[in-house]
Amino acid sequence: MWFFNTPEIIFGPGALDYLEEIQGQRAFIVTDANMEALGFVDLVRQRLQKAGLTCQVWAEVEPDPALQTVQRGAQAALAFQPDWIVGLGGGSCLDAAKGVWVLYERPDLTPDGINPIERLGLRRKARLIAIPTTSGTGSEATWAIVLTDSAEQRKLGLGSRENLPDMAIVDPLFAANLPPRLTADTGLDALTHAVEGYTSSWANDFCDGPCLKAIELVFRYLPRAYADGSDAEAREKMHNAATLAGMGFGNSMVALAHSMGHALGGLFHTPHGRAVSLFLPYAIEFIARGPTMMPTRYGEIARFLGLPAATEEQGAASLVTAIRELMRQVGQPLTLQELGLSGEELEANLEMLATNAELDVYTVTSLRVPTHEEIIRLYRYAYEGKAVDF
Amino acid sequence: MGIPFPSNEWVEALMVKINESEAYRSAARTWEGDFYFIVDPEGSVTEPVIMYMDLWHGQCREAFIARDESVKNPEFRINAPVSAWKQVITKQLDPIQALMTRRLKLQGNMMKIMRAVKAAQELVNCCTQVPTEFPD
Repeated sequence: MWFFNTPEIIFGPGALDYLEEIQGQRAFIVTDANMEALGFVDLVRQRLQKAGLTCQVWAEVEPDPALQTVQRGAQAALAFQPDWIVGLGGGSCLDAAKGVWVLYERPDLTPDGINPIERLGLRRKARLIAIPTTSGTGSEATWAIVLTDSAEQRKLGLGSRENLPDMAIVDPLFAANLPPRLTADTGLDALTHAVEGYTSSWANDFCDGPCLKAIELVFRYLPRAYADGSDAEAREKMHNAATLAGMGFGNSMVALAHSMGHALGGLFHTPHGRAVSLFLPYAIEFIARGPTMMPTRYGEIARFLGLPAATEEQGAASLVTAIRELMRQVGQPLTLQELGLSGEELEANLEMLATNAELDVYTVTSLRVPTHEEIIRLYRYAYEGKAVDF
Repeated sequence: MGIPFPSNEWVEALMVKINESEAYRSAARTWEGDFYFIVDPEGSVTEPVIMYMDLWHGQCREAFIARDESVKNPEFRINAPVSAWKQVITKQLDPIQALMTRRLKLQGNMMKIMRAVKAAQELVNCCTQVPTEFPD
């Protein structure tokens, strides 16, 4: 038994106008200062006001939001008493909005208490709208909440199926002016979600379609969106790809590239998409070499993309090559060295990186689960750019 | 012929497998917490069977069948009928998915479990190494 959960998705150019049809009294917009400066908050607020809602903006979300940030946001929401929470921004803002919403509804909980077992009893006070402004996170379509425990320098995966947004507004308007670096980081984040969502040990029939379609869209449209940000078709397709990938991995899981990337991001604050996509080829190489009883399904992805895949091994190798070519095309680092990490920094932090990756919830949904020592080797291989041979 | 599940003999055999497992020792090296794994009545299991296990820093310090729930006051209690335990032990059911779908019912701090999912997985791997005979 398992579930497939998805919000109502309003997508395409003009999707934002749907906010004018929202019924309610008060909307609490969870976002960051950058969204305000770009004028995105105004676009949302104007439409909500047309719908007759009073709005309050809480633009205090930082990148990799901390547990404490979410608690402060919930306090502000409690003072305002909204019947809609609106998350606007990238993954950090959307995850923070989910956390704020849960703690607004359930002020008795600590963020740590937002887990898949507790019955949260949400939607007594408010519902959640998620509006992504980048094309990568997929958070608008998942119930995952990633927050940072600054004391432990570790990212925490929280969430309950109940805190899935009620509505995702996927309007490419917001992605139109994403700078190339952010386009690449977020687009490769979507690719990593889709590849891992399709190949995790929790993969299932309902997730396969969204994941494969997202992979196809990223390979086709990310280079165009990166090379020419004004390519409206590429922007729209990438925005859709990110949400499709979210629908996919949000109902299966991600895997090893994410746990290694989370550990890296927790220590070095590497942008999420850059971190997880850097490890994706190494994770595929490692998993494909495992003595698993289950087929890894990399061959299926390769065949879907029209890559050589006569055997599972060849399919995995073709996929790794294609991903590395795509990463090169969009100027992405392929090694920790290219990312700017020094060998000394890596070695000084290697034990903590490996421990945090090992403890990350997504490690065990990898079809091949590495030992602590294997994770250490994987980080070293990713530093040097060596093909995984163990 | 396997060891009957649930039984004192089975829990003791699992304790041996856990303490022999390098993979479990590594994955659970920071884990501190004891459990009641409770087999709820179903089919030929007519009374709850309460398996107590004290897991500490990658080792099992104590394991036995408790006569009732008052014997210990463990940090975690997980209840399920024998059919669900069988699916977990034979790796047909992922233990975390089973907790999330409430096929295994947990009392205790879920986040602590979620921070130790690899240890949970290695614990299941140890279970698979015990030759087991399940009730009909």
